[in-house]
This record gives sequence, C-alpha cells and structure tokens, in this order.
Amino acid sequence: MIPLSGKTIAEKIFSAHSGTDAHAGDIVVADVDFVMGQDGTSPLAIRALENMGVTEVFDPKKVAVVMDHSSPSPIEGVSALHTMMREFGKRTGAKVYDVGEGVCHQLIPEKGHVVPGDLMVGCDSHTCTYGALNVFSTGVGSTDGAAAMAAGKLWFKVPESIKVTYTGALKPGVYSKDLILHLAGELGADGATYEALEFHGPVIDDLSVEGRMTISNMAIELGAKAGLMKADAKTLAWFQGRGEKTPNPQDPDADAVYERELTFDASAIGPQVAKPHAVDNVSPIEEVEGTPIAEGVLGTCTNGRLEDFAIAASILKGRRVHPDVRFIVAPASRQILLDAIEAGYIQTLVEAGAALVTPGCGPCVGTHNGVPSNGENVISTANRNFKGRMGNSNSFIYLGSPATVAASVIEGKITDPRKYFEGGER
Amino acid sequence: MEFRGTVHKYGRDIDTDVIIPARYLNTSVPEELAEHCMEDLDAGFVGKVAAGDILVADENFGCGSSREHAPIAIKAAGVSVIIAKSFARIFYRNAINTGLPIMEAPDAVDGISDGDKVVVDADSGTITNETTGATYRAQPFPPFIKDIIETGGLIESVKQRVRG
Repeated sequence: MIPLSGKTIAEKIFSAHSGTDAHAGDIVVADVDFVMGQDGTSPLAIRALENMGVTEVFDPKKVAVVMDHSSPSPIEGVSALHTMMREFGKRTGAKVYDVGEGVCHQLIPEKGHVVPGDLMVGCDSHTCTYGALNVFSTGVGSTDGAAAMAAGKLWFKVPESIKVTYTGALKPGVYSKDLILHLAGELGADGATYEALEFHGPVIDDLSVEGRMTISNMAIELGAKAGLMKADAKTLAWFQGRGEKTPNPQDPDADAVYERELTFDASAIGPQVAKPHAVDNVSPIEEVEGTPIAEGVLGTCTNGRLEDFAIAASILKGRRVHPDVRFIVAPASRQILLDAIEAGYIQTLVEAGAALVTPGCGPCVGTHNGVPSNGENVISTANRNFKGRMGNSNSFIYLGSPATVAASVIEGKITDPRKYFEGGER
Repeated sequence: MEFRGTVHKYGRDIDTDVIIPARYLNTSVPEELAEHCMEDLDAGFVGKVAAGDILVADENFGCGSSREHAPIAIKAAGVSVIIAKSFARIFYRNAINTGLPIMEAPDAVDGISDGDKVVVDADSGTITNETTGATYRAQPFPPFIKDIIETGGLIESVKQRVRG
C-alpha cells in the first residue's frame, strides 16, 4: 500500500467530520457544526423543509437565520419573508437574528456559533469568511441548506487546495483587501473553482483576525469553496468569551499536497482597485486615480469591522466628505457599532459627513440604503461590483480598501490613500 | 431526455446578480422571478425566450451569490438546458437541486452561435447544431442526476423516494 501524504486544512477538517481518512477528490458525508441562512435565501430553505414534511431542525442550537440583506425591510414582500423567518425560529427553536443585529458573516463567529476546526454551511456565498478562523465554511443553495438543517449532515467533495504564501510586509496604506483584490486579478474569477485556498506566511501572521477575514471573505470571488488559514494565538484570543464551544484547531501537515503553490511579495503590492463590472478586473490604484465618484461605501461582510472603521476614521478625522459625494457607512454588527461609538469612530465619520445606516449588508446588495443613479460611479469596500449589484445596472462600482474609500470620498474622485501615511511612498 | 430550442448565447462570468438581481428576491414565486431573468444583462431576454430554448455561455456561468433563485428564474423563463464551458460551483449544485439541466461542453459552446437551433440528447450526451449540422459530445447525466432533473429537483426526488 502506498503511504498517503499529509493533509491540508480542508482534508483535516473533512476527515474529522466524516470519520474517514479524507483526501482531495473523495466524496464524503460529513456532520456540520452549524447551518445558516439570510433573508434572501432562508425563505426558500424554510419552504423546502415544509415541502419535505420536516417540522424540526436537527439541532436548534446549530441553526440560525439572519435578517441582513434587506434590513429593516424596504418593501412589503420582504416584510412577509422576515415574518416567515421569525415564525420559523419560534416553531423550531432556531436562532433568529432580527433587524439591527448585523451581517450574518460577522454574527456567526462573533456570537461563538463556530470555532476553529468546525465545518459549517451557509445559504450565502460569502460563508467562506470564517475560513480565516480555521473553520471550513462554504456557501450552498437553499435546498442544500434545508437538507443540512434537517439532517445535520451533507455530502461534499473534498477540495484540492492552493497554497498562497505572502512574504515581506504590507507597506503603510496597504491592507489585506489589497492583497485579495490583487490575487483576484492574478487568478481570475474562476481561478480557484472547486478548490480551497489556504493562506500562509508572515504577512498573514501579522494581520489582525479582522484583516484575515477580509481575505477569506473574498475567496468565492475566485471561485473557491473556502479560504482557509491556521488558527494561532490571535485567533484563539479572539474567541475568548464568545461562547462555550471549545476550539479544535486543524493545522496542515508539513507534507500536505497542494494543487499549486503561489508566493507573493506583499511589499511589492500597493493599493488595488477592482473596476466595473468584474471583481477580477483589477489594477493598481495609479491606473484609476482621478475617476470621479458620486458615492462611497464603508461596510459589508468584507470591510465593516472595527479595524476598518478605525482606518477610515484616522483618514477622515478633521476632514470633510466632498460635497458631491454621499458616504454611506454600515457597521457589520450591532456590537461593532457599539464599539465604534465607544472608540469615537462614529462621531468622527458622521462629523465628516457620513450617512450611517443600520448594521447589515447596507447598499452592497442593491436592495436599499443607497442605490446609485444612472451613470454614477461608486467606490466601495464591498466584495462584488457586478453590473446592477447595487440596484442600478447603469451605475459603475469600484472596489477598494477602507483607506482607499476614505481618501476617495474626501476628494470626490478615486484617490491613493498612501498620502495619508508616513512612509506610504509610491 | 431530449431538449430542442433556439440558442441565446452569452459570454463568460455570467453572475447570479445579472441572472436575477437581489432587488427582486422579495418573492420566491418562479414565474415572478422569471419576469426579471437576465434583466440587467439583456433587457430583451424575457421577451424573446420561448419554452424549450437553450442558454449557451462561456466559462464560469452562475458565479457570485448562492441564490437558488437564479436557476429557478432561468427554468421558469422556459430555458430547457444550459450548455457552458464551465459552471461556478454553487450554481452547478443549485441547478441540479432545482431540476435545471446543465452540461459542460466547451467545443459545443465554440461551435454554436446566438440564434442557432440546437438539439440536446442528454442520455447520450450528444449536442447537435441543426443550423450548422455539427455535432458535439458532452458527458451524459449520471442516472441519479437524471432522476433528480426528471422529477423536478432534489426535494421532489427525495419525496418520491420516501413515498416509495
């Protein structure tokens, strides 16, 4: 018998959850530690459960539905869906996060529903966010989500992994968002389809947990099933006091086999911008500097966390948003809003001219809270710039870091944020 | 299973936001979703698509969000099958789970133009372009996928199996 090689993080987590010696390519039935849906997708899952005649979820403590995409409801139809979700919670005991709680991808880890080593599925493509916390988390459709809510398990194909290592160090004014936009440009929108990305290196180690989540959040924009990282002391410290579950970190083996290994020098990467209408349409900021903007967005499951607010506030402190720009700010959760109030960031941003909206997905998904007008350009910290994404197919969305958005809303045009940083040379 | 219809051809990275924009996710009624199918990419799509028609596209069809409304809207608009060079992972699974046939056939995509008349024999995996006379091969559906599609999706398939 040929000895099998070591395992990637994905192979470790699938082995532990399927009771098999799982390797890439294997199809396994695995136990899931948590299942989540949001207000766009949960209604279909709830209807699927009803259709199957299933009246209970496998474990009410392991299922949550979150009202974040259209929250508070902007229209009668959504109000009815929200009611359906609340009734589902009452009926099954599943956790309901109602209007104002925040974005699902902040809430699920923030409330301790998952811990390192877990496997979870969510009816939202950005469920891959918790890969930064050593959770194999992936997006599924509502039918698969309903099956997982009913059975507590689902079938998976164990993915191959691409190892991405960042050497060097981030220059001032450059952030994890710039790294993942750069990678989207390098690999393309389907560069990692059916695969897991595994991020390594000193730059990842140096990032805060929030900064890491920004990277894993966008793994799906490269087609990946997950964007995984090791759990280190920072990760474990982040989970302190967040719940009763015990982390079970899964490190990759030294002899793990990867489909590809890529290494990038982070010192050579500057601010990046994804241009309309594709996330992989990325260029260094120098190429789009000066593009006029009518709206800026700070928030979303990509960059709506406390650190992102700190970055934006540091640039906007004592400055004003350009009179021709709307600056919409949406914290990723109620807790982040409270923390940002306490730290003074909200005061700074609102004084600068920001319009603060309810914690949630905000204008990212185009249901409300800042639909752009015809012909307008938007600079956003979100993860998608597809045509019509923000609710108007005749508008143009550029994606960048919180620093790039903050610098741009001051000048009314896309602006390199490095001028606000000592040593942020170009 | 055989599908026959006129081709509507699109490019690569057709995302779920253009297939069905989030602003219309305030309903899950298939016919209501179908009214807005492809609206942000091709506002004329709903007016020209006929029952049985075939969508053809390049790489990474269905990328983006996990919304199952996307395959539901396409199916309810009358599309019988999607032929693409490749599909995004979540869409692939959602299409099968909602009973929308999909096939990966890069050669066929290159050889088929917008407006061509095409016949797909899903049992043998043969795709025939009746306009040009060319034929192409794709993987036929495995029996369990054929069963899910024929019964109209995973939920119906499971219900029928449970009923025995």
